[in-house]
Amino acid sequence: MKEAVTIDAKGIFYRELNAKLRKAVSNGTQKIELRNVYGQRYIGTDLDKPVEIEIFGTPGNDLGAFMDNPRIIVHGNAQDGCGNTMNNGEIIIHGHAGDILGLSARGGKIFVREDVGYRAGIHMKEYQDKKPMVVVGGTAQDFLGEYMAGGVLILLGLNLKEGERHKANFIGTGMHGGAIYIRGDIEEFQLGKEVGVAELDENDHSVLKKLIGEFASHFDYNAEEILKHKFIKLFPLYLRPYGRLYAY
Amino acid sequence: MKTYLPPKFIVERDDSRCIRCEVCVNQCTFDVHSYDAEDDELRSCEENCVGCHRCVVFCPTEALTIRRNPLDYRENYNWRPEVIEDIIKQSETGGVLLTGMGNDKSYRIYWDHLVLNASQVTNPSIDPLREPMELTTYLGRKPDRVEFDSHGLKTELPPQVKLEVPVMFSAMSYGAVSLNVHESMARAATEMGTLWNTGEGGLHPKLYKYGDNTIVQVASGRFGVHPEYLDIAKVVEIKIGQGAKPGIGGHLPGEKVSAEVSSTRMIPKGTDALSPAPQHDIYSIEDLAQLVYALKEATNYTKPIAVKIAAVHNSAAIASGMVRAGADIIVLDGLRGSTGAAPKIIRDNVGIPIELALASLDDRLRQEGIRNQASVVIAGGIRNSGDVAKAIALGADAIYIGTAALIALGCTTCQQCHTGKCAWGICTTDPWLTKRVNPDIGARRLSNLLRGWSLELKDILGGMGINALESLRGNRLHLRGMGLTDTELEILGVRMAGS
Repeated sequence: MKEAVTIDAKGIFYRELNAKLRKAVSNGTQKIELRNVYGQRYIGTDLDKPVEIEIFGTPGNDLGAFMDNPRIIVHGNAQDGCGNTMNNGEIIIHGHAGDILGLSARGGKIFVREDVGYRAGIHMKEYQDKKPMVVVGGTAQDFLGEYMAGGVLILLGLNLKEGERHKANFIGTGMHGGAIYIRGDIEEFQLGKEVGVAELDENDHSVLKKLIGEFASHFDYNAEEILKHKFIKLFPLYLRPYGRLYAY
Repeated sequence: MKTYLPPKFIVERDDSRCIRCEVCVNQCTFDVHSYDAEDDELRSCEENCVGCHRCVVFCPTEALTIRRNPLDYRENYNWRPEVIEDIIKQSETGGVLLTGMGNDKSYRIYWDHLVLNASQVTNPSIDPLREPMELTTYLGRKPDRVEFDSHGLKTELPPQVKLEVPVMFSAMSYGAVSLNVHESMARAATEMGTLWNTGEGGLHPKLYKYGDNTIVQVASGRFGVHPEYLDIAKVVEIKIGQGAKPGIGGHLPGEKVSAEVSSTRMIPKGTDALSPAPQHDIYSIEDLAQLVYALKEATNYTKPIAVKIAAVHNSAAIASGMVRAGADIIVLDGLRGSTGAAPKIIRDNVGIPIELALASLDDRLRQEGIRNQASVVIAGGIRNSGDVAKAIALGADAIYIGTAALIALGCTTCQQCHTGKCAWGICTTDPWLTKRVNPDIGARRLSNLLRGWSLELKDILGGMGINALESLRGNRLHLRGMGLTDTELEILGVRMAGS
C-alpha cells in the first residue's frame, strides 16, 4: 500500500488511465497526482473511496461522472459534464468548466474558480442528507440551474467589471427545488418564468458563509470581502411547475 | 361548468342477485358504486365508470354487467364519439389530454399479416415433448470472429447475459407501477431465467437481491441512479425514448411521489419527478458514446450497456450510430408501446410500427456488417408467443413485454394509468390499492405466462423442424405475408404467402 503515487498520463488512453486509478485506489492509495492530463475522460468514475486526485493539465469530459467520494483538484480547466450524476465527493477547479456542470448531481460539492458554460447545475436534486452544492466564482452561460430540483447553486461574479451583468439568461427555467444565490448584477429578464426572487434570511446567510468560506480557502480569496456584497436568492415558485398542464 | 361528457359505460345491476355485500363499493376506485342504507339499495354513478371490470370480477353473485354506452350520435366516420369527447374535455379544461397504456388506434398490426412456416414431408418436424429444444439466448456484443487455442476459446468475449426464455419484462418505473408489481416481475424473471427492467424510477433496496436478473435504467431524470444501483444490475439501459411518447419526457405527478417512491427516486416527497425530454448530456451520437462509455467505466466493463429508443422514421440509421457508439444491446420500442402517462395526441400519432422498424433495423445493421456488434430487443404491443416467434424471425434477439405482463397481473387495459387510481392495484402507489397485487401470486402468474409461451415457442420451432431458437433468428424465409402491398413486403423482407 502506498500513501501517494504520481501517474504520468501523457499519451495514455482513458480506459488504461482509469484502470490504473482503479488499481491504485483498490491498493489503498490515499493521494494520486496525475501529470500531463490531455483530455482523458471519466477521471474519478467508479472510484468509491475517499482518495484525493490532483490533476495537472486538462481533464476531458465527464470528469467525476457517477463519482462516489473522491476529491478531485484540477489545476487547469475542466470540460463538459463535470460531476455528471455525481453521488458524493468534491471537485475543485482552478480555472473554467464547460457545459452541464453537475448535471443531475445528487450529492457532493463542486467549486469552480472562474466561469462555467451552459446549463450548469441542470436537474441537480437532493434527498434527505444528500445535497449537491456548486459554487462558481465567475459567471455562467444560459439556463443556469435549469430543471433544478434540489441542492445549492452559488454564482459569485467575481470577475465581472463594475456595472457588468452576469451572462446567463433563462436562469432557473423549470426549477422546482433547491436554491440559487447570485452575487453581482442581474436583470429580471434574465430569469426563468418559474423562479421567484427573495431577500436572504438567516439560514441563507449561514449557507453562504459556509460554502463561500470553503470557496475562498480553496482559491485564496477573502470570504468576508465576497460576502459584503449584496446577494439575491432565487427559489422555485412551484413544486410542480407543470402540474396544471393536463386534462384527464 | 356543467360537463357535456356523457357516461362511457352503463352499469347493470341484477337486483335479484345483489346481496348488498358492498364489495363493488369497496373495490371501485372511481366512486361508481354507493350503498344507500336508508333504501337498502346500491346506486351507480355511471359517469365515473372507466370500464375496468374490477367490480364485475369481484361481485360474488355475478350481479353486475358493465356495458359500453352505445352513444348513438348521428353516424359520422370523421366525428366519432372519441373525437367529440376529446374536444369536450379540452373545452372544459384547456389542457393537454393525458392518457395511459399504448396506442389503441386501428393502425395495421403487421403480426396479424404474417404467418409462420412448418415442415411437411421433405424435412421432419420435431416433437418438443421428447426431444431437447433450446430457447437460450445470449444478449451482448459478439466478436467479429473467434479464435481457439489448446485451452479452448482464446478470444475475450464482451459481457454476455444468458436468457432461458427470450421474453423480458419491459421498463416500468416504481412510481408508475407499485413495488408489488416490481417484486412480482423480479421474482418471476429470477424463476424463469430472464430479466426484468426497473424503468427510470430507481430500484427499491428490498429488490437488490434480484440484481442478477435486473436491468436498471438510466434516463434523462437520472432518478435513483447511484453507484450501488449500477453495480447490482446485470444490464444497464440508457433510455432515450419510448414508443408511447417518442421525443417526450415524463412527469410523474407529485401525488404519486409517496414517501417510499421518494426514497427510491431520491427526490423529496410530493414533488413532481420531471424527466426532461432529452438527456442533456446527449445531443449527438458522439455524446451518446460518451454516456455509454461513462457507464462502462462506472461498471468497469463488466456488463452490457443497452440503449433504448422509440421506433421513428429513421430509427434504423440511428441504431447504426448507436452500435457504433458502443451500445451492446439496441432496444426498439414501437408505435404500440405503452406508458403510465403520456399526452394522448403523442401516443396516438407519433412513431412507426415495430414490425417495420425491426425489419429495417436488422437489414441496415446486416448491410453495414455490424449486426453481430449488438443484440436487438424489441418492445411495443407483443401479445403472445406467435408475435414473439415472428419477431425473432424478423431479426430480434429478444422481446420485452409490458402490457402483456400487466394483463397477467389483472390489468384490463382501461387506460386510466395516469390517474393513479388503478382499481387493480397495478399502476398506483396508493398503499390501500397496491395490496391488491400480492407478489406471491403476481410472480406465479407472470412465471406461468412465460412458461406457457416457452412451451408454445418450442411447439412452433418443432413444427418447423428447428431445435434451437438461434436457427429461427433473422430467418425470414420462415415468414410469409398476407394482405400486404409490395412495398410492405419489401420492407418486411418477406414473400407473399403462396410464393
